Amino acid sequence: MGVKKLMKQVFTKPKSLTDVPFTYCPGCHHGIIHRLVAEAMDDLNIAEDTIGIAPVGCAVFAYLFFECDMIVAAHGRAPAIATGIKRVKPDNIVFTYQGDGDLASIGTAEIVHAANRGEKITVIFVNNAIYGMTGGQMAPTTLEGQITQTSPYGRDSKTMGMPIRICELLSTLNSPAYIARVALTKPAYIVKAKKAIKKAFQYQLDGKGFALVEVLSTCPTSWGLSPKEANEWLNEKMIPYYPLGEFKNVEEVS
Amino acid sequence: MAKIIIDRERCKGCELCTLICPQKIIVMSKSFNKKSYHPAELMNPEKCTGCAFCAMTCPDVAIEVYK
Repeated sequence: MGVKKLMKQVFTKPKSLTDVPFTYCPGCHHGIIHRLVAEAMDDLNIAEDTIGIAPVGCAVFAYLFFECDMIVAAHGRAPAIATGIKRVKPDNIVFTYQGDGDLASIGTAEIVHAANRGEKITVIFVNNAIYGMTGGQMAPTTLEGQITQTSPYGRDSKTMGMPIRICELLSTLNSPAYIARVALTKPAYIVKAKKAIKKAFQYQLDGKGFALVEVLSTCPTSWGLSPKEANEWLNEKMIPYYPLGEFKNVEEVS
Repeated sequence: MAKIIIDRERCKGCELCTLICPQKIIVMSKSFNKKSYHPAELMNPEKCTGCAFCAMTCPDVAIEVYK
């Protein structure tokens, strides 16, 4: 108690997170992303008006962790549900939180058309290059040569294609207002990620249009690596294929 | 003078904070918490600068920083 009296608290759990401990594996980046989303809600003071859409995947229990209204969508359909909610309740802030199996595989149609219609929603896209919850199967974002449960000899681009780069794909459309890719393996990356997520919410508040932030994340359990090795693998393998940065920013264009 | 407080029971022992700490003063405890993980703990607290890198990287939001 003496410490708290003498010193100023400079870092604590954001108010938009509940006290429920995360159900994620040790070292998984989902927890950091949850915190950044909650901090963005705190900073903009929008938690009361926010409606989140949880995906199917490891983040299916996201409704336990956020202090805002939450809905769980059918697999991949979060952008469709977000569209409906945002159109009925345009004054509320609507965000979806989706993994790569959810958004880039079964939900590709929903995300492409939600982006193309320029729905005024915020999408947090967690790309860990694998299906985490179901036990480490190959995802559309799995890197070439990456060994998974369903690509035991490594992903072969001849029969399985190359990994989908969602940010580049969606940035070819006219409608999206903001598209960025961030990572969380270094403090500087985390600061940039926080700025990008906050901007994605701010653009929705300002009515600018569709905003998506892709967050490169580790999956130590399904990758079969320790959290430290997983961070190194992400830096060495994922970032060269999935370059970080802003792909579309309507503010800078006009 | 700065200090961090690690919530032993929230920690899952992923060691990310021990790797990111510029002062290398966070170590893993030899004891177990209730979840059977070895939680992180602070060694040489007087060296802490309050940079909050550990708290930023903690996936379980188990670290509070005072400065």
